[in-house]
Amino acid sequence: MGRLVRLDRTGHTTLVEWSAGEVGSHDEAVEAFRRELEAGMLASVPKADGTAEVVRELPADAELVVLRRPIAGG
Amino acid sequence: MAQARLKAPPAPPGTPRRPGLEEAAALWWRPEVTEATLRRDGRRWTIWTAAIAVVFTAPGVGLLLLSPWTLPIAIGCFAHAWIVPWLQARRGARSVVPLGSARSRTEDRTAEGVALGLLGDLVAHRERDLLQTTGLVLQRGRLGAWLVGERGALMVRPGGRRVDCWCVRVAEVERLPAGDRVAHLLLALREDEAGFAMVANLGFSGARWRVRRGLAESARPALAEARRTARS
Repeated sequence: MGRLVRLDRTGHTTLVEWSAGEVGSHDEAVEAFRRELEAGMLASVPKADGTAEVVRELPADAELVVLRRPIAGG
Repeated sequence: MAQARLKAPPAPPGTPRRPGLEEAAALWWRPEVTEATLRRDGRRWTIWTAAIAVVFTAPGVGLLLLSPWTLPIAIGCFAHAWIVPWLQARRGARSVVPLGSARSRTEDRTAEGVALGLLGDLVAHRERDLLQTTGLVLQRGRLGAWLVGERGALMVRPGGRRVDCWCVRVAEVERLPAGDRVAHLLLALREDEAGFAMVANLGFSGARWRVRRGLAESARPALAEARRTARS
């Protein structure tokens, strides 16, 4: 089961969930993922070892994909 | 696309795209941050601090040698020699804003709770406890042990003696909960540590005790923990 989450003013919003057993759910997630990237969000997959990976395509096997805004020097 | 990216001038043709953090890839003209560049920047800060101390102390000593009656002016010189480095270290320490601190921006309590829930899921038990008590997230990196706030970050260099203070924030277009701002910076740091340091601006680099003095009492245990991590 994968979850696409966007960090926003509500705390976070779960945009879509997908699973291997649910036909079409991944395609729907890919659509939502692309929409968010086009809107300027960046995608990150947190790893168990305390790192995170930048992704530009939705990984089907990820449990959690977090969409965040860009950072900048203050 | 992202605001930050729209402002960036396009890279010259043939410039290879930097892998890792997207924001760092947009800053194609900035040099990579490495152990060596951090050491160099640290040395520059030390020289600068020493120069300020000498520039203000020497006239004070000179005046006293000329006449003891110049003591009030000499005291003014010595005060400058002390206060300028102190202000720089304080500004560096204040570049990080701990979650829940007096400078923290919390507006919607419900959203804050939701944001903290996700942030809690992103960190391990030890870091979660530290976050609860100090408002800062500890992240071990290759360049040092980082402390991330809702704005800004501190990095304790390996060995634990020097702290680099970084100005960095979410380039937000809407009011995000404070917990979300920490999560943004933490994820970016985890994605690409060198890229994170490349995007952030180094505001100060100096001895740990100097930065500690500028931190709120509640945030100091986080610096002690980061020092332990940087030494291990």
